[in-house]
Formats: sequence, structure tokens, C-alpha cells
Amino acid sequence: MTYLLRRLAFYLVAAWVAVTANFFIPRAVPGNAVQAIMSKFPGQLTPAAFDAITAMLGVGHQGSLWHQYVTYLNDTAHFNFGVSVSQFPTPVSTVLGAALPYTLVLVGVATVIAFFIGTALGVLAGWRAGGWLDRSLPSLMFVQAIPYFFLALLVVEVFAVTLSWFPPGGGFDGQNYSPGWNWGFISSALDHAILPAFTIVVTSVAGWMLQMRNVMVTTVGEDYVIAAQAKGLSDRRIIVTYAARNALLPQLQGFGLALGFVVSGALVMEIVFSYPGIGLLLVNAVQGTDYPLMQAIFLVITFAVLIANLVIDLILVLFDPRVRAREAN
Amino acid sequence: MKALASLWRRLPGTARAGVVLLGLFVLAAIIGPQVIPYDPNAVTPLTLKPPSAAHLLGTTQTGQDVLSQLLVGIRLTLELGLYVGVLATALSVLVGVTAAFLGGVWDDFLSLLCNVFLVIPALPLLIVMLGYFPQKGQLPSILVLSILGWAWGARVIRAQALTIRNRDFVAASRETGERGWRIILFEIIPNIVSLIAASFVNTVLYAIGASVALAFIGVADVSSWSLGTILYWSQSANSLQLGAWWWFVPPGLAVALIGTGLVLLNTGIDELSNPRLRDARSSTKIAGRRIWPTDPTPVLGMPKVTTRGRLATLAHSFSRSSLLDAPGGEF
Repeated sequence: MTYLLRRLAFYLVAAWVAVTANFFIPRAVPGNAVQAIMSKFPGQLTPAAFDAITAMLGVGHQGSLWHQYVTYLNDTAHFNFGVSVSQFPTPVSTVLGAALPYTLVLVGVATVIAFFIGTALGVLAGWRAGGWLDRSLPSLMFVQAIPYFFLALLVVEVFAVTLSWFPPGGGFDGQNYSPGWNWGFISSALDHAILPAFTIVVTSVAGWMLQMRNVMVTTVGEDYVIAAQAKGLSDRRIIVTYAARNALLPQLQGFGLALGFVVSGALVMEIVFSYPGIGLLLVNAVQGTDYPLMQAIFLVITFAVLIANLVIDLILVLFDPRVRAREAN
Repeated sequence: MKALASLWRRLPGTARAGVVLLGLFVLAAIIGPQVIPYDPNAVTPLTLKPPSAAHLLGTTQTGQDVLSQLLVGIRLTLELGLYVGVLATALSVLVGVTAAFLGGVWDDFLSLLCNVFLVIPALPLLIVMLGYFPQKGQLPSILVLSILGWAWGARVIRAQALTIRNRDFVAASRETGERGWRIILFEIIPNIVSLIAASFVNTVLYAIGASVALAFIGVADVSSWSLGTILYWSQSANSLQLGAWWWFVPPGLAVALIGTGLVLLNTGIDELSNPRLRDARSSTKIAGRRIWPTDPTPVLGMPKVTTRGRLATLAHSFSRSSLLDAPGGEF
């Protein structure tokens, strides 16, 4: 239990750092953010909106910095992120709630699929290092080095524009369906998610594969694998229960650390597909100087990654007897 | 020069390919801006022309020459990668070595800081920070990318510096009364040079990827030509729908090739410092059978019995003993 508690404490600290950075960044940058917003929407902002923005950014005289900070923490804890400027007067939490499911399902499912495929390929490449699969790694590195959004551009060009197998963008067919739990909407949403998911899988598979291959190569050289070979166990059994099982643990830990990068890449990719998720929302918020929305999105993404990491830690405790043993001490 | 030549010989083939690939782009970055055929900003009436003899990579929607933009853009992107690489790696070394050398509470604090920076997704934070900065020039991007890019390197460097700190030669120099900074500079750092090199290459890779993505979504300065800003303008002019592939394919391809070069170089550095990864590639064919270094010494002239099969009969006699206890529990 102590291990999990320590991890939990760490994620709480990380969340606190993110929340605090979010509070201080707008107060630390040169220039007046409120003026920037005002000049963006000349004559469109009501006095109420102006007050909401100044309170949010802490530019007006709203008590001491400490007082502002405590108020801000309290608001954040209640998911009260203020009011969106670009979609005034919709609360930020409502705008977020509409976009979040798209990103969670798309990025979540695609990342897990890519992780499984990449890990399986990495096991095979590492088992026979120097074999054909292993020798194909340099070309896979090229695929991995392609920016997410650029591959997305090519995918749209080939599969949506030229072949028109799939819709070129959007989250669902808005003319015929409205969001809800009905088959028509779900199948339309799936149809629109296939190309973005394909892009995420293709660009991130090589990374997982390379990482797993390197751990696997080290594991295959361990004495217990040679001993298993000496006993005459089948290759399949050695790979699955001896080598891969042990190589999987560092791979899972790496999964947690790399998650932030994968999510970041997927966010930019959403723009190419005009996918109505968090990434598109974030970029629109930046271009519309919608600071309250921008900050809330950053917090939501960070919390999602932290929670995913906590889940991975739980899985590690389940899978790795060494972590459990450390815990017992 | 001689040391460089011997290093080149020891590099695996993939890493050499990476060096050559990167070298081509560095060359393009150095001489490119001097030999560009047109001013990349010059607007001409020749709009959206496919590649031709006059415009080798065609023109944009405002009649600008794509090749000229590309050559200038490669330089700006590589420069940014270099600056961020140097700044962030310096931070990594500073934090990593300090944490390992001081130990105790300082180590705990710096490691915590490192892990927090690692777990917070960088790109959204970058976007938020750059969203507040006035978008003038490359400096905000370089600073923000450096501030968020040091954590991974620091973590790896700390781990290695920690093991070196506990070696005998460091203890000996401490006993002889050497000062702390001298031990760090002359005993610890020379032993982690390959790690610093690897973390530099990684940081450059991250900086180029992130800066191109930031420019593409328009939060960086889009008034000067980098690979990302070319993609930004081509996307905002709907070059995809217009079928102007010559506008967005070259810059994207350039980013991918630079990235490939950096990854290849890094696997080379990895293999130089980790013999197991290096040996893994050195299989040879003996009498028609592929032999890996981890396999037992092959006995020629017994083609019917496979290595594994013979090993199995050999091991059969003592397989009941608990000597070969392995995870998996097969006995």
C-alpha cells in the first residue's frame, strides 16, 4: 500500500504544480492579457464578460495574490473554469464537456491499440535480433519521425480526397444525426474516427516497437532464458512466459512516460481532421485569445495524463511481484 | 581527426546513414540561403504552379518559390533545434549532476521536479505559454522549449552520475582533497559524455518536432520561414484541397528525414555504449545456420541435430534439480 500511496502523493504534487503554473503564467507574462482580448473583440464584450476575464486573469484589484490563489484553487476544485470568451457566455466546463468524449475515445483506443501492436512486434524483433523484422527497423524509424499532423495530411489526401473511402474531417455527420446514444450517430462517429485512429496507430507503433525490442534483446541474454532453452521448452513458451513477460514491465513504465508525447501529437493531428476534440478546441482558443478556455484545456489534458499514469501504476503492482515485494517491506 | 576516424569505424551502419542524412541537411542549411534562386517572400503572378525548370518545387498561392522557402526554412528549423538542444542539455547536465553529487534532500527535490516535468504533457503547456507571449521572433519558442525540454536528459544523466559518484576513483579523488567542482568537471562529466551526446540528440529531435507542430498550428512566429511555417501557410491556403502537393510534401518530408537522421544517430550512440544491443546485430552464418552471440558455440558437421535440440538433451540430466530455477516456474 505504501508504494501506491507514494505514487498517489507524487501525482498530487504534479497536479498541484500544473494548477499553480496555470495560475502564475498569465500573471508573469509581459503585457496585459485583458487588453489583448479587448482588442480582439472590439465593442463586442459586455461589462459582465470584461469582469469575468479580469477576475480570471487576476488583472484587476481583487484582493491580495494569496486571496486570488485560494479563490482560484477553490474554483478549479469545483470544475469552475469561468466563462469562455470566444463562445460567451457559455461556461468553459460546458464547452469542454462537449469536446472531451471525442478525444478520450479516439486517443485512448488508438493509443492502446498501437501499444499492443508495437509491443508484440517488438517482442518478435527482439527475439531474433538481426532477423528480417529487426532489419526493417530503420525504415520504421522514418515512419516514426514523420510529424503526426503531416501523416494526417497525407492520409486525408489519399483516403478521403482521392479515394473518398472515408469522410475528410469532422466528428460525425451533422446533417443527418445529432449526438446521442443511437446507432446512426455512433456508426457515423466511428466512420469519422477511423482515419485519425489509423494515423495515431501508424506513427506511434514504431516507437513502442523500438523500445520493446531493446528491452527484449537485453532480456533474451539473461541466464533464465538460456536455462529455459536448455530445458527444451518451445520457443513460443520461452518468448511468452519467460522473456516477454519480464520485458513488458519496463515497457509499461515507459508507456506512462511517453503518454504525454503521444497525447500531444494526437492533439495537433485533430486540427488536420477538424476532429471536434480537445486539440481543435485548444488551437481555436489560442487563435481566439480565449484564455480561460485555453487554461482549462491544459488542466484537463494534464489531469487525464496523470490519471492514466496512476492506472498504469496500479497495473504494474498487479503484474510485477517485485513491486509487490517492495511494498510489503 | 584520428579519434573521429576510429569513432566512424565503430559506428553501426544505421548510425552512419543517420550522420550522412543529417550532414546533407546541415549542408543545405549552411549554403542553402546563399544559393536560393528567389526571394522567399517575393510575390509573383505565377500562382500555384507545379514544379518546373524555373521553379523546381513549384510556387505557392501567392506565387512565392517553394524551394527558396524550403532552404531558408531548413536553416531556421535546424538553428532552433541547435539552440534548444544546447540550452536544455546544459540544464539537464546541471540538474542531473547536481542531484547525483549532492544527494540527500537535494536529490529528492530535483528528482521530484524532474518527474513532475516529465509527466506533465509538454505541448499543451507550450501552447498555453506561447499563447500569452507576444509572437515576435524565435526567442520565445527557444526559451519555452528549453524550459520544458530538460527533464528526460536530467533523469538519465542523474542515474548514471549516481553510479559513477560511488566508484572508487571518485572516492579516491575526494580523499586526496579535490574540490567538489573539480570532481564534477574532471571525474564525473568525462564519464557521461556519451550520455550527454545522446540526450542532446534527443532534445534536438524533440525541439524540431515541437517547434514544427507549434508553427503549424500558428502559435509560433509565422512571419519568418521555418519548415513549420511553410506547412502553416500551405494549410491555411487549403493547399490539400487545391491538390498542391509540391507545397506541403517537401517541408513535411524534410522534417521526417531530419527526424530519421537524429533517431538513427541516437541508436548508434546507444549501441556504442550498450554492448548487448551491439552484439544483437552481429549474427553470422556458419554452415548455412544463422548463429547469434547468445547461442552456444556451434559444432559443425552435425547438421541433423539443431543447437537447441542438443542443448535440451544435455540439460535433461540436471533438469530436475532446482539449480535452474527461473521465473515462470516450469520445474
